[in-house]
Amino acid sequence: MINIESYGKKATRNGFGDGLHEIGQQNPDVVALCADLVGSLKMQAFIKDFPERFFQVGVAEANMMGIAAGLATSGKIPYTGTFANFSTGRVYDQIRQSIAYSHKNVKICASHAGISLGEDGATHQIMEDIGMMKMLPGMTVINPCDYLQTKQATIAIAEHYGPVYLRFGRPSWPMFITEDHKFEIGKALQLSKGKDVSIFATGHLVWEAVEACKQLESEGISCELINIHTIKPLDEEAILDSISKTHCAVVAEEHQILGGLGGSIAQLLASKLPTPIEFVATNDTFGESGTTSQLMSKYGLTSSNVVDAIKKVLDRK
Amino acid sequence: MADIQKLETIASQVRRDIIRMVHQATCGHPGASLGCADFFTALYFEVLDHDNDFNMKGENEDVFFLSNGHISPVWYSVLARSGYFPVEELATFRKLNSRLQGHPATHEGLPGIRIASGSLGQGLSVSIGAALTKRLNGDDKLVYCLTGDGELQEGQVWEAMMFAAHHKVDNIIATVDWNGRQIDGDNDDVMSLGDLPGKWATFGWDVLHMDGNSMDDVLKVFSEAKSRTGRGKPVVILMKTEMGYGVDFMTGTHAWHGKAPNDEETTSALSQLKETLGDYPIN
Repeated sequence: MINIESYGKKATRNGFGDGLHEIGQQNPDVVALCADLVGSLKMQAFIKDFPERFFQVGVAEANMMGIAAGLATSGKIPYTGTFANFSTGRVYDQIRQSIAYSHKNVKICASHAGISLGEDGATHQIMEDIGMMKMLPGMTVINPCDYLQTKQATIAIAEHYGPVYLRFGRPSWPMFITEDHKFEIGKALQLSKGKDVSIFATGHLVWEAVEACKQLESEGISCELINIHTIKPLDEEAILDSISKTHCAVVAEEHQILGGLGGSIAQLLASKLPTPIEFVATNDTFGESGTTSQLMSKYGLTSSNVVDAIKKVLDRK
Repeated sequence: MADIQKLETIASQVRRDIIRMVHQATCGHPGASLGCADFFTALYFEVLDHDNDFNMKGENEDVFFLSNGHISPVWYSVLARSGYFPVEELATFRKLNSRLQGHPATHEGLPGIRIASGSLGQGLSVSIGAALTKRLNGDDKLVYCLTGDGELQEGQVWEAMMFAAHHKVDNIIATVDWNGRQIDGDNDDVMSLGDLPGKWATFGWDVLHMDGNSMDDVLKVFSEAKSRTGRGKPVVILMKTEMGYGVDFMTGTHAWHGKAPNDEETTSALSQLKETLGDYPIN
């Protein structure tokens, strides 16, 4: 039985801003950098309380990544803030050489990920970022699902030594994670137990999956919903345990079908426990302008898409 | 007072190391490595206040970042000769399972290296980050950085230049190896750097000039550069060097940017460079 309720709405980026402020109070080594998007990343509270530990770099993301690597080399814990597109594709080589290969303790914090940012259109709607980041050796990739989980993750990554990609979004989104849902890097979070199908969801799509599970339970289908907030390292044990009960899976993410969470899970299951899988993700396409709900609907990222995928995979079981 | 003759003696051995490493590996970048041998020797044996018992964070010591990582042979030689790791290890340059990667890396844990470089344009940003940490920590030591001149064609360098001036990062001394040559030819033919001193000055840096192949001038200008730190402006040294300096047939051309000498050329090169500290053994 799924017992998850929403208690309001807030953007995941607010969780980042509040988490950054809190970890700033707790850990004097935490510093922050931003490439001219302080308001969008909700970094004002940190800047107000710790002005000497904040560096405005202007519209120069490559330089920001390099400076962050230098700060990390000398012992600081830098959090970089810009949009997901400019946090990854624009600066891939800087991250690869100065951060990942050099194993620097940099936290790459990326807002406005995916298609849900809306009207700005495809130039800003990156859906390849998880793929790029998970391919980098040693990179931890985290895509929290709501305000509180983003806040928890923002705080948790300071305690983890090594490069991290933290991905969150722009729109106001249902809040449903509670203080009882402990966040641990690399540890999947089970949101409901079930026996017919496993649903592995990350980011904004976790809420869509919650709604899908509720609908299907009313139709007598028992869904096991697992929130994979850490895409790398993947909690293989949790995935295999669940699949050994349900024998089929749906993966839901606001990302390209190529290179996302779905690919990671398919790879795991193909080698360890071959299983029918269906994918809720965008299909090798760029996005476009529109409202969040229009885009999620047009590009197949809603609860009804999750429902369809579950029914399809159950037929294949 | 620095002993110039002693430093020149070391630089001669460093140049021999460069030729021998690149020859043995049958690849690598001897040209600018030779050109910068005097700079590196002065830096590690005279200028830096550093601890060769390597510490990654570099707290309370001067730190150096190499941005144009392809000139790794000169850096490896100087690091070994100044005690960061055994000189014998130079024989492993570019070999499988070596800590002396083709381009410098932290991945294998080679003492003295704080960040990977090779993909150009990133080292000045990294150096600025390290300088900001020193400022936050109240650490009054300095951060040094070397970039190539062709490397200045990378846009990130200009982002970094802007940042350092805007944020008054005045505990950094950057140096440009201004040898005027790059892989495909002269800078002026490939992509002109234009009025380089004017450009740095316009970007808000305090600009000094150095003859990078005169030990006397290298020391004087480093000393002057140090005295210019802490005045609200980042400091850059535009260092004129001759690519291939010390080996007659390697100068006056860009051909030796990234090419190893053959046996005959190596014999000729080594005959021009005095063995002063003992060659490292090659098995």
